[in-house]
Amino acid sequence: MHPLAQRIVAFGAARVSGLSAPSALGLIPALTLLAMLGPVGAGVLGTVLPAFGYLPAAGLSTLSFDPIIALFDWPGLTAAVRLSATTGLVATSLSLGIVTLTLAGWHGTRPFRMLERLLSPLLSVPHAATAFGLAFLVAPSGWLSRLASPLTGWDRPPDLLIVQDRWGLTLTAGMVAKEVPFLLLMTLSALGQADAPRRMRVAQALGYGRITGWLKTVFPAVYAQIRLPVYVVLAYSMSVVDVAIILGPSTPPSLSVQIVQWMSDPDLSRRLTAAAAALLQGALVFAALALWRAMEFVVARLGCLWVERGNRGVADPVLRPLGLVLGLLSALAILAGLLGLAVWSFAGFWAFPDAMPQELSFRNWNRYLPGILTASGTTALIAILATGLALVLVLGCLESEYRSGRGLTQRGLWLIYLPLLVPQTAFLPGLQTLLLSLGADKALWAVVLVHLVFVLPYVFLSLGDPWRAWDRRNGTVAAVLGASFWGVMWRVRLPMLLRPIVTTAAVAFAVSVGQYLPTLLVGGGRVQTLTTEAVALASGGDRRAIGVYAVAQTLAVLLPFILALSLPAIIWRNRRGLHG
Amino acid sequence: MADALILQNVRITRNEALLVAINHSIAAGEVLTVMGPSGVGKSTLLSYVAGTLAPDFEASGMVCLGATDITALPPARRGIGILFQDDLLFPHLSVGSNLAFGLGSGGTRADRRRRIDDALCEIGLKGYANRDPATLSGGQKARVALMRMLLSQPRALLLDEAFSGLDASLRHHIRTLVFDWARRMALPVLMVTHDLEDAEAAGGPVERLATANLSV
Repeated sequence: MHPLAQRIVAFGAARVSGLSAPSALGLIPALTLLAMLGPVGAGVLGTVLPAFGYLPAAGLSTLSFDPIIALFDWPGLTAAVRLSATTGLVATSLSLGIVTLTLAGWHGTRPFRMLERLLSPLLSVPHAATAFGLAFLVAPSGWLSRLASPLTGWDRPPDLLIVQDRWGLTLTAGMVAKEVPFLLLMTLSALGQADAPRRMRVAQALGYGRITGWLKTVFPAVYAQIRLPVYVVLAYSMSVVDVAIILGPSTPPSLSVQIVQWMSDPDLSRRLTAAAAALLQGALVFAALALWRAMEFVVARLGCLWVERGNRGVADPVLRPLGLVLGLLSALAILAGLLGLAVWSFAGFWAFPDAMPQELSFRNWNRYLPGILTASGTTALIAILATGLALVLVLGCLESEYRSGRGLTQRGLWLIYLPLLVPQTAFLPGLQTLLLSLGADKALWAVVLVHLVFVLPYVFLSLGDPWRAWDRRNGTVAAVLGASFWGVMWRVRLPMLLRPIVTTAAVAFAVSVGQYLPTLLVGGGRVQTLTTEAVALASGGDRRAIGVYAVAQTLAVLLPFILALSLPAIIWRNRRGLHG
Repeated sequence: MADALILQNVRITRNEALLVAINHSIAAGEVLTVMGPSGVGKSTLLSYVAGTLAPDFEASGMVCLGATDITALPPARRGIGILFQDDLLFPHLSVGSNLAFGLGSGGTRADRRRRIDDALCEIGLKGYANRDPATLSGGQKARVALMRMLLSQPRALLLDEAFSGLDASLRHHIRTLVFDWARRMALPVLMVTHDLEDAEAAGGPVERLATANLSV
C-alpha cells in the first residue's frame, strides 16, 4: 500500500477504535463559544452604531459625530474618566500587592491557612453586599465611628464625606476588599504549578529572607499564571457599576454609572450619548490594560536588576507582619460589614452613638419578606438555568477536548477570559439596544443567556483542572468491562467528580446571583432579582431594608456552597477514597 | 474452545517515529511478555489492543481473537480484560458494586448478588461486598481488581505493569494468582513489564522493544 494511504487507513482505524462518542459532542465547543462571545460581539456592534448616531429604534438613522460631541460637552467627563482610571489602577495594584505580600510572607504557615479559610467563602459574597457592608462600617454614622465615640466624644455623626467621597477612595477600598479573595485563590491555584517549595528551599539555603526570596524566585513564575485574572480585576474595577453606585461619588458619578443613568433616561437620544461613553469606557480599559502590560516590562526589568544586586532582604521583618495585617484587614472588613448588615436587618430603634440597636426583632424581615420571596424566586430561577446550561456546555467542551487529545491552548484561555476583560458597560448597553429592536428586552430567557456569558468563564476555570486531572485509566477499565460512552460518563466519571462538579455549580450560582448590570440592562428593569432590588435601595438609604436585602443576597450564594460541601460528604460518607 | 490473541503486523507510530512493531500469535493459556525500558511505547501497544489508543498515535495492523478481527471494534465489545499497575477500583462504588460493574448484565438481582458473593469467596474475601474499597489492603484490592476483570468474561488478558506497584512478597502471590486464573480460563495473556522476574514467572516467550524510536 502507498505509505500515505496506509497512514490514512491507520488513522481511520485509530479513530474507530477509540471510545466512540456521540457526534453531537463535536458541536458543543462551537456552541459554547457562540454563547460566550456572541453577546459580547453583538453588544459591541450595538454600541458602535448608536455612538455614531445610528439608532433605528429611535428613528435615528443618519451617521454623525453628534453623540461623541455631546459626550465631550458633558462637564463631568474629566472627573468621571479620572475616577475610572484611578479606581482601576489603584485597586488592582493594591489587591495584587496585598496578595503577593501575604503569600510571600506566610504561604504554608498556620496563620496563612487560617486566613485562607476566612477568605475562601468571602469570594462568593456578591459585590453589592460587600459594598453595603463596607458603607455601613465606615460611614460617619457607621459602626466604626459608633465604636470610636467613647474616645472621640462624638454624640452625632461627624460631618465628613467618607462614603461616596469625590476621589473614589472608599470605592477603591471596596474593590480591594472584594478582589483580594479572588486574586488570592487564583494565585494559590497557580502556585501548584510553580514548584514554589523547592524554589524557596534553594533561595533560603542561599540566605534569602522569606519575602525577598519569594519575590525573586516564585513571583515571576506565579505572575505569568495569574496575568489574566489580574487583567480581569483591572477591567472590572474600572467599569464596575453596583459598587460604584453604593460607594462611589454621585456628582459626577463614575463613567460607568453615568452610562447606566443615560441608558435609563426616558429621552431615547440619551442612549446615543451612552453609546459614545460606552465606547470611551472600552477604550479606557484597553488603554489601562496596555499601560499595565507596559508596566509589567518595567517591573520585570527593575526586578532583574534587583535580583542581580543580591540583597538578602533587610526589609523582610517589617514587610512580613504588614502582609498578614493587610490580608486580615481585607477579610475582616468584609466579615464585619456582613455582620453589620445582619444587625441592621434585625434592628429596631438605633440611635447614634449606640454600638448596638435598642432592640432586635424580625419586624424588618416580616415587612420585606414578600418582596424578598418574589425576588429570590426570580434570582434562583435565572441562576439555576444559567448554571445548568453552563455545566452542560463546559462538560461537553471538556469531554470533546479529552476525546480529541488537544489541551487548552493559550489562545483558548484568552477566549475564556474575554467576556471578563471587555468592560460590561462597553457591550451591555449595545446588547440592550439590540434586544430592544428585536422586541426581546425584558425577557427572562435573554437575562439567562447574558448571565451565561459571565458564568461560563468561571465554570471553565473551576472545572477544567479537576476534569483533566482525572485518571483516564478509570475510563479504560470501565470501557473494557463493557461500559458504553455514556456508561463511563454517568456511572464512573461524573460520580467520581461529584465534588468538583457541585462546587463549580455553587460558584456558577453565586456568579449569577451577583450579576447587577446584565440583569438591569437586559431585563429592562423588569426582571427583579435580589441584587437589582438591593442596589436600587442604595439611593433611598433605608438601612433596615438594605440590611434585609443584602443579607438575603448573601444567603442566596452561601446556601449553595453549604450544599456543595455537604452533598458529597453525605453521599460518599462511606467512601474514603473520594475525600482527598 | 479458547482462541489465540493474534497481533498481525502491528505498527504504532507517532509523528512518523516508530514506537512499536510486533507480529505475534499468543496461544490460549500462554503469556507473551513484552519487555523494554519505560517510555518505549509498551503501554501504547496495550491501548491499541484494548481499543483506547489516543488519536495522536497512528497505528496499522490487525488484532484478532481467533478468527474474529477486533481491530475496529469499540473497547466495550472486544472482550479484552486489562489490569494496570494500580488497582483502579472505582472509589465511589462498594467492593460488591465494583464486581457487579464487571459482571455481564442480565440475571435476577438475587442471582447476580449470589454470583458476586461466590466470586468474593473465590478470592478469599467472603462478606466483603459492602466494604469501601479504600479500606482494603493492597493485596485485597489487587484481588478484587482481578476478579472484576474476570467477571466480565474476557477472551484475552492484558497486563500493564500489573505487579509493579506491589511489594515483593505480595507481588509473587498476586502474580501466581493471575497466571493461575489465566491458565484455568485458557486466556491468552499479553504482559508488558520492565521487570525480568515477571517474565521468568510467566514462562512464555519474550519480545524486547529496545529498537523503538527508530525513524521510519
